Amino acid sequence: MSHSNTKKGILRYTWWARTNHWVVAISFVLLVLSGLALFHPFFWSFTGLFGGPIPTRFIHPWIGVVMSLFFLLLAVQFFKESFIKRHDIQWLKQIRDVLSNRDEKLPPVGKNNAGQKLVYWIMVACVPVLLVTGIIIWRPYFADAMPLWLLRFAVMVHAYTAFLAIITLIIHIYSGIWVKGSIRAMVQGRVSKAWAKHHHNLWYEEVMKERNPPSADKDDDSSRQQQSP
Amino acid sequence: MRGDQINLQNIVARSASNAPSPQIRDGGVEEVTKLIDVSRCIGCKACQVACSEWNDLRDEVGECVGVYDNPLDLTPNTWEVMRFNEYEDEQGNLEWLIRKDNCMHCEEPGCLEACPAPGAIVKYANGIVDFNSEHCIGCGYCVAGCPFDIPRISEKDEKAYKCTLCSDRVFHGLEPACVKSCPTGSIMFGTREDMHELAAARTDFLKGRGYEKAGIYDPAGVGGTHVIYVLQHADKPEIYGNLPEDPRISPMVDAWKGVTKPLMSAAVGLAALTGFFHYAIKGPKEEPEDDPDERTATAAVRTDEESASPDSQEGDRP
Ligand code: HEM
Ligand code: SF4
Ligand code: SF4
Repeated sequence: MSHSNTKKGILRYTWWARTNHWVVAISFVLLVLSGLALFHPFFWSFTGLFGGPIPTRFIHPWIGVVMSLFFLLLAVQFFKESFIKRHDIQWLKQIRDVLSNRDEKLPPVGKNNAGQKLVYWIMVACVPVLLVTGIIIWRPYFADAMPLWLLRFAVMVHAYTAFLAIITLIIHIYSGIWVKGSIRAMVQGRVSKAWAKHHHNLWYEEVMKERNPPSADKDDDSSRQQQSP
Repeated sequence: MRGDQINLQNIVARSASNAPSPQIRDGGVEEVTKLIDVSRCIGCKACQVACSEWNDLRDEVGECVGVYDNPLDLTPNTWEVMRFNEYEDEQGNLEWLIRKDNCMHCEEPGCLEACPAPGAIVKYANGIVDFNSEHCIGCGYCVAGCPFDIPRISEKDEKAYKCTLCSDRVFHGLEPACVKSCPTGSIMFGTREDMHELAAARTDFLKGRGYEKAGIYDPAGVGGTHVIYVLQHADKPEIYGNLPEDPRISPMVDAWKGVTKPLMSAAVGLAALTGFFHYAIKGPKEEPEDDPDERTATAAVRTDEESASPDSQEGDRP
């Protein structure tokens, strides 16, 4: 079976999940670049990407607000499938096997593995903090109304939280590049059955059960026996 | 004092810049200091007027709220403000303590440490801390960084402003405008050494007049300042319009701007590199080949059906 098709295979991300994900992804990357520019002089040249230092400072919080809104929608969509289960703990314990591509040793996992779930929960924790602290230090709109101690506290927390989010983002992006088929899943929506079975076996079983409900199973089997010789 | 006090080669510290400052002109510039003798101030505000005159600043005409402080606080258009305090001493005498509040020109300026824009804040060899508005991006980090709550961001142009210690006048060998205008000699300007001598003399005089706790305010927590006060009650700076007793750059600002910043920056770069080398060493998780088990065979039949009739209901497309 060809891997790259939009008809066959299992639908992993609906059109809306994909759109939502990429709106968040693009705005997040822009936030990282514009935020880092102010973070340390080492990254100052990133201001060039946004038309100079002043536009960089101006645009960053606005992108932040857009990102936060779309992130909220995304977080709601992915909420249920992100609970950490017992097999996820086992998967995490075997992180060395994960990193060394010894996939055959890993316990079967659901629609998302523990790594993906951790990315979800870290971002769910970081984005509201970034939003609130970002609004506190936002000039010219809010910062002037804030007491000095709060400004200092907020800007410090914003920087550390951004650091955590950026490291998480780098790991997240790398996973997409590392696990072949996952970027396509997020762009086109579907994955091959083999991919689903290999990486997310419990989810695969579930999908298959839905497609062939146990009651219909017999019929299917008998019809196949007749057809297959 | 030499005329080349302020010169691009005499910038000894520059915000958000890792490269060293120019070093070759060594020792030619003496540090300056402005001495404000609170005990001689009569609160006439000539200095405040001179400041707005010289710097072409016109603040809004405010409203009287029943105190002499006007405006009530520093603004982008008011770089110094007289703070009037009524203080009752131990003997029950009323003292009117009037402090001229403006940038202290710290030896270790918190504003400069916090500023993210290269060159938006500079410190000259003579000790003056200046904002270079051309490079300022209006982020307000200097506001968070300053232990004296001095910088203000203008709504007009979103730039930070504060007292320049009349760096432009000092450049031409003149004293700051406030110093020139003071009718009582309460504000003096000169080399750091001279001003400390003068301050010590004034302190002794005040002690002789019964102010046992008279002293010089030149806080060590920020490395000393290039604006110093003579206070009648140096043990209680807070009675002078909340002058901080032991000002230093806030620990939160240090935690935000200290060693962790370069470390975190390096970690970001390292994380990306680690990814690259992990890929190079371990390789990707390749797309698995299809291994048709019985289920897949079943499904294959269904897949064919699916492809015959695209299942847009499933969520591929809106
Ligand atoms: C979620 C992703 C975000 C990242 C990765 C991020 C990153 C950063 C970073 C690294 C800085 C520089 C901090 C420093 O210099 O120490 C910064 C500054 C700032 N951020 Fe964010 N941020 C994010 C979201 C937000 C949001 C949601 C807001 C909301 C309004 C916001 C508002 C600001 C503001 C106002 C500043 C101060 C500088 C400026 O005026 O642009 N940020 N951000
Ligand atoms: S008083 Fe504030 S604005 Fe002035 S030099 Fe010190 S830190 Fe900077
Ligand atoms: S407002 Fe201007 S001077 Fe103040 S920290 Fe930001 S760039 Fe620097």
